Amino acid sequence: MTTQTNTENDAAASADSASTILEVKNLSTQFRTRAGLVKAVDDVSFSVKEREVLAIVGESGCGKSVTALSVMGLIPTPPGEIVGGEIMFGGKDLLQASDDEMQEIRGGQMGMIFQEPMTSLNPVMTIGKQVAEPLRIHLGLSKAAARVRAGELLSLVGLPDPLEKLDDYPHQMSGGQRQRVMIAMAMSCEPKLLIADEATTALDVTVQAQVLELLIRVAEEFGTALIIITHNLGIVARYAHRVNVMYAGKIRESGTAADVYKNPGHPYTAGLLSSVPSLMQSTSGKLQSIEGEIPDLTDLPSGCAFGPRCPYVQDRCRLEDPPLENVGDDHISACWESAQFRGTT
Amino acid sequence: MSMTTSTRSVLDIRDLQVHFPVNRGVLFIKNKGAVKAVDGVNLSIAPGETVGLVGESGSGKTTVGRAIIGLVKPTGGVIEFEGNNVLEMNSAALRQFRRQVGVVFQDPYGSLNPRMTAERIISEPLVAHHLFNSKQERRARVQELLEIVGLNAGMASRYPHEFSGGQRQRIGIARAIASDPTLIILDEPVSALDVSIQAQIINLLDELQDRLQIAYLFIAHDLSVVRHASDRVAVMYLGKLMEVAPRDAVYDNPLHPYTKALLSAVPVPDPEIEKKRERTILTGDIPSPTNPPSGCVFRTRCPIADEACAESIPELREVTPGQHVACLKV
Repeated sequence: MTTQTNTENDAAASADSASTILEVKNLSTQFRTRAGLVKAVDDVSFSVKEREVLAIVGESGCGKSVTALSVMGLIPTPPGEIVGGEIMFGGKDLLQASDDEMQEIRGGQMGMIFQEPMTSLNPVMTIGKQVAEPLRIHLGLSKAAARVRAGELLSLVGLPDPLEKLDDYPHQMSGGQRQRVMIAMAMSCEPKLLIADEATTALDVTVQAQVLELLIRVAEEFGTALIIITHNLGIVARYAHRVNVMYAGKIRESGTAADVYKNPGHPYTAGLLSSVPSLMQSTSGKLQSIEGEIPDLTDLPSGCAFGPRCPYVQDRCRLEDPPLENVGDDHISACWESAQFRGTT
Repeated sequence: MSMTTSTRSVLDIRDLQVHFPVNRGVLFIKNKGAVKAVDGVNLSIAPGETVGLVGESGSGKTTVGRAIIGLVKPTGGVIEFEGNNVLEMNSAALRQFRRQVGVVFQDPYGSLNPRMTAERIISEPLVAHHLFNSKQERRARVQELLEIVGLNAGMASRYPHEFSGGQRQRIGIARAIASDPTLIILDEPVSALDVSIQAQIINLLDELQDRLQIAYLFIAHDLSVVRHASDRVAVMYLGKLMEVAPRDAVYDNPLHPYTKALLSAVPVPDPEIEKKRERTILTGDIPSPTNPPSGCVFRTRCPIADEACAESIPELREVTPGQHVACLKV
């Protein structure tokens, strides 16, 4: 057991001066479905700096996972298609990169961890072979050298008896152990950027804490920037330097985690935060829920997509979609009524 | 344990055991021991009270709920409902018991029959318990129930796939309250829902409790939700209760090392609080329930365990008024 106090957030200040490693500009990704055209990601722009931990948070269908898959070049086409934008990574626009170039980048300079470690691991291949695979492909290590390095990586991610685990199969491990293996694989080539898409959602809370602490520690050690995609506002608060709040395919608010939580610039963010009951104090009576349902992406309301659920909605919101505007230092929000709404909170 | 078996409880569980046999082989079946899913649980629920039952996967919390409503057969213990042992009831008494105990499941997709309309789903308990004689009366009751749970009476003829997840959970709740129960088992009622919808359903459950005086057994793994919803909280680990206490005691002054670790593992949506919090990160995984550790089941991950913990099984005992803890070191 380890007891530690929080130090990660202090690193946020030093991240400011670091250079940008990923810049997404006006990304739009659509899916053709039988129900109609779904604008899963609509004109999304953001950047990630070296060693930064960025969280993308939102509810189902908000576009957070599609954003990640677009960056990784993993959008299934058809039905999906990236219809516009730029994804600048390592001086290159990934949307112009060939399949071979993307193969090179994925698992090399950019890694990804998914929610379900059982389905992301190959059930008929030993753990050792799977961890060694990226080492052989991207770093050109020999079979023997890759196996040695795989053992080191497994011990780095805190698996007990790492050398014995090399010859185990995924089904012999627990969910938490499998997610550790995923981290070992993703980090094997010391990527510049790692995307964790709901990586701990399927895990129990004590195991989730273990895996997240490990992820943050390893990322710091290798100097890797992290994009954490989650619906869990607590995880964002604990680990992220910056946060993008998405709703119905768009970023509605973005800023440092401290600022966004303390002084939310969008009624949706404020609504999300007040929907979560407190762990630290007992509350009774009604939770401040957000009325209504998440809109159907094939049939979005006109104007601001959050309008129909928004307690501050005005006529203008129903007509025009608000642009992202500065609401503070390094803090943007897309809300016509943000001045009025923030005055009242 | 010295929890008083007051006659005022709606539900009183004593020394409940649910052991599943583990068999190997096809032709020559050998018994290879048992999974002790629930092993000696004592819990009571007062009228109108909400008892939160929390734990990680494999803790047995769901099995406790399933044992109460008869979906699994306990291998030992007593489940008393309003003073009568459910496990020894005749069929007429059981029928009455089932009318008075409702259940809401986690998965609003899997727990509603896709081929039935909302009206048929909600009226099933009414039909089963012969609660309304005429079809018109039943239909009126279904429409009333739909409105109580915040849906339109006009939605009665729709099928489950035409509803959103939150709306489906409302239908599940309407079905659970249809026969005027005094107790509802809520098994992870909001964990499949998005955050903004979760709050709506929690508010609805709260409102129904005030209005209808129903007691809840709120089974969940989300500790924040349980704090908000519960009067008392029971913490389970590997089939046993670790701590049972009023909610403020559990959250503000947890005594069992497992409760402490569990609470500190939950990240709080506030960066300022998170910066100051101390984190206790447990090592290792939850042991397999087929082969639980000797003595205290938590000792293999416990930061304060010693040799004594391997030898004797700690009893749940009252440490401070109302706060029961099963730990030798407390």
